[in-house]
Amino acid sequence: MRVVAEKLNFYYDKKSKNKVRALSDVTLTIPEGSFFGIIGHTGSGKSTFIQHIDALIPVQEGKLVVGDYDLSRGKKTDKKKLKELRSRTGIVFQYPEYQLFAETVFQDVAFGYKNFNKEANDEQVKTAVYGALALVGLGEELANKSPFELSGGQKRRVAIAGVIVSKPEILILDEPVAGLDPVGKRELMSLLHALHEHYVKTIVIVSHDMDEVAENCTDVAVFSEGKVVMTGTPREIFSRADELAALRLDVPVTAKLTAALKRAGVDVNSDFTTDDFVSKVAEIYKKA
Amino acid sequence: MLGDVTFGQYYNARSFLHKTDPRTKILLLIAYIVAVFIAQNFLSLAAVLVFLIVAIIFSSVPLGSVLRSVKAIFFLILFMFVLNVLFHVKKEGETVYFWVVTKEGLISASFLSARLILLVTGSSLLTLTTTPVSLTDGIESLLKPLNLVKFPVHDLALVMSIALRFIPTLANETDRIISAQKARGADFESGNIFSRIKALVPVLIPLIISALRRADELGDAMDARCYTGSKNRTKYKKLTFTFRDIVATLFVAALITGVVFLNIY
Amino acid sequence: MYAIEFQNVGFYYSSTDENDVRRKNYVLEGLDFAVEKGAFVALLGRNGSGKSTLARLVNGLLKPAAGKVSVFGLDTADKNNLFEIRKKAGMIFQNPDNQQIASIVEDDIAFGPENIAMPREKIAAAIDAALKATDMEKFRKSEVAKLSGGQKQRVAIAGAIAIEPEILIMDESTSMLDPKGRREVMEVARTLNKEKGMTVIDITHYMDEAAEADYVYVLDGGTIRLKGTPKEVFDKKEVLRACGLELPRAALIAEKLRRAGVPLSPDILDTEKLAEELCESLRKN
Repeated sequence: MRVVAEKLNFYYDKKSKNKVRALSDVTLTIPEGSFFGIIGHTGSGKSTFIQHIDALIPVQEGKLVVGDYDLSRGKKTDKKKLKELRSRTGIVFQYPEYQLFAETVFQDVAFGYKNFNKEANDEQVKTAVYGALALVGLGEELANKSPFELSGGQKRRVAIAGVIVSKPEILILDEPVAGLDPVGKRELMSLLHALHEHYVKTIVIVSHDMDEVAENCTDVAVFSEGKVVMTGTPREIFSRADELAALRLDVPVTAKLTAALKRAGVDVNSDFTTDDFVSKVAEIYKKA
Repeated sequence: MLGDVTFGQYYNARSFLHKTDPRTKILLLIAYIVAVFIAQNFLSLAAVLVFLIVAIIFSSVPLGSVLRSVKAIFFLILFMFVLNVLFHVKKEGETVYFWVVTKEGLISASFLSARLILLVTGSSLLTLTTTPVSLTDGIESLLKPLNLVKFPVHDLALVMSIALRFIPTLANETDRIISAQKARGADFESGNIFSRIKALVPVLIPLIISALRRADELGDAMDARCYTGSKNRTKYKKLTFTFRDIVATLFVAALITGVVFLNIY
Repeated sequence: MYAIEFQNVGFYYSSTDENDVRRKNYVLEGLDFAVEKGAFVALLGRNGSGKSTLARLVNGLLKPAAGKVSVFGLDTADKNNLFEIRKKAGMIFQNPDNQQIASIVEDDIAFGPENIAMPREKIAAAIDAALKATDMEKFRKSEVAKLSGGQKQRVAIAGAIAIEPEILIMDESTSMLDPKGRREVMEVARTLNKEKGMTVIDITHYMDEAAEADYVYVLDGGTIRLKGTPKEVFDKKEVLRACGLELPRAALIAEKLRRAGVPLSPDILDTEKLAEELCESLRKN
């Protein structure tokens, strides 16, 4: 499923005189199969946009097509279709561990699956839940524990399992590693990569961490004040470090180094991942 | 975004009424309510109405906002009106329009409805011109004498203030949890009342847990900031009466005198 | 006299297992360290390593199960000292939403001064100074709920410093903020440290934040595994990684470059230094 947004506008408190424009003319394509990064300041419209994709926020103005589902203004989507769309797109909100509610990990993960598959029998539920837990690296022995007994990192994995249990084709995560320690961050990112390779076609992450985006994403969109101001590959985006700085956004350390080297007359043409940057720099060093 | 809605119905302006001390406004509202109740005929109610109009003008709140409170309870007013007409005890010599509907019944029902409308509009004027925070301050200050009978006025005020502070935070959180569960296929809109209530469990439980967690952290934060209860504290904000309070009091005194006079007249 | 002193401190939570036997789950054990007045200390450690417990021991929110914690010589185990200790050691927490008690910024900042019975005339001045130090003067009358995360944390700092403590403890106070908010908060903390000589204990997951501290403590398994200047601590990569931590980004890249054969000095921690050395060694050739 591909996501195509054209001239998407959204206002909070649309009817009141102090309405707030959260999205303005957002035009953006998220290709199927991408590991898509959305960056921007808090309040730049990122969260509003991703909630549109899952039809959690109705389109006020403009076009939005997710796979074969046309969510554009004026198109009527019936309830059944909406549910189908929501099962095919998963969204993991910030600090998703705060949405856990059930008595056991099993029940919590099963919640989404049962909602989307009303006719499923116990066996099917079991298979789906244990499958999802395995995908996030949690063993079956945790299934009957209360989710509130787990560690922070485990809770977050349970929450992610609760979303991927319905086998979404697009998985959207709002700041998936926020608040985790360095090891927790690294493990979660490699989990997302594994999911992307074997299970979920498209992954969209909203992130503040430019190094993380440079290392992991295939495509990037930059939001600022409700607008999409840049789109492209990390290589394209982070080579425009000056423009990002003008938006008061960070750039990855590799991009900072590349810019400094360029000023000194050395061109490093990397894709801004650490490994590529290091090998390009080493190459230049050895050649000279 | 629920959290963006300013709590209560405060209308932001800098009018005479906005600047009046909250304690004065609370006391005068009570006096106003008394005036509405002692008004015995339409003439004295008209005096109350005139007073109300003057007050609205002095509040710079648009009429629409003031009347919104009436709109909210419109059906209640209608219901009371109908009941009063239907159950009016007919006396000798009353004009019967049809069935049990009499002229006197209609008059007394109208009188009651007018009273109700005046009450609601007057009260809403207080909340429209006073922020919840200063309303809390006003209540705390007025209740202070109760300290003498060991009533924990300060703690009550602190509880109210914290509640006000956390309403937007929890509203935002509710919003987010609802979205998250909707994304997992939760359906809050279909089914009968029982299945709808059941559908709220995945929202309420995380919300309660989060409120407890917040309370825990807030408790630590208060301890860390040297909170040891209401003893030996000073207070930064002091409410002070000004000439506005005297003017407002005189107006209300005039109203009550007027109502009493017109009652006899 | 040390600002903070831990002498052989232990802490446990007790629980009962399935057989109803009481268990002591040690979170901290044998902690021995002292922090000089005016130092900026970063405290690192993975989730669950006991960092927050340690922070809460400093201002007596928790009492040590073993050993002694003192703040400017005052023992936190003595109940009569707590008020004095909390006047000297202010603390801000992780969640920017859970620390303000009042809806309006100035009313919230007034809370601490009110608690220590500061005279009314002085409270206004204390609020002014706290707002100035946190660069929040514009928001004096703002509603707390409408501020950004970084601004809320700055209000929290303002609320803590309004009673002029000598120590500021930050319990993962930047972990829920975006980079901009984090920069703003750290800027305030560093200025307080440099200009007012405030002792700062910064508990954090961000290695580059730690790289700028005077001292770094690494907590793991309930004890301090590493202690020293950032250079000393980040030099012990293996121990660091065994504790679930990582090098600052620039140091990590420098390490990989060295391994790829680019000569760089061993103690690079920040991007500026790395850029400087890289330019030099690539240009020289």
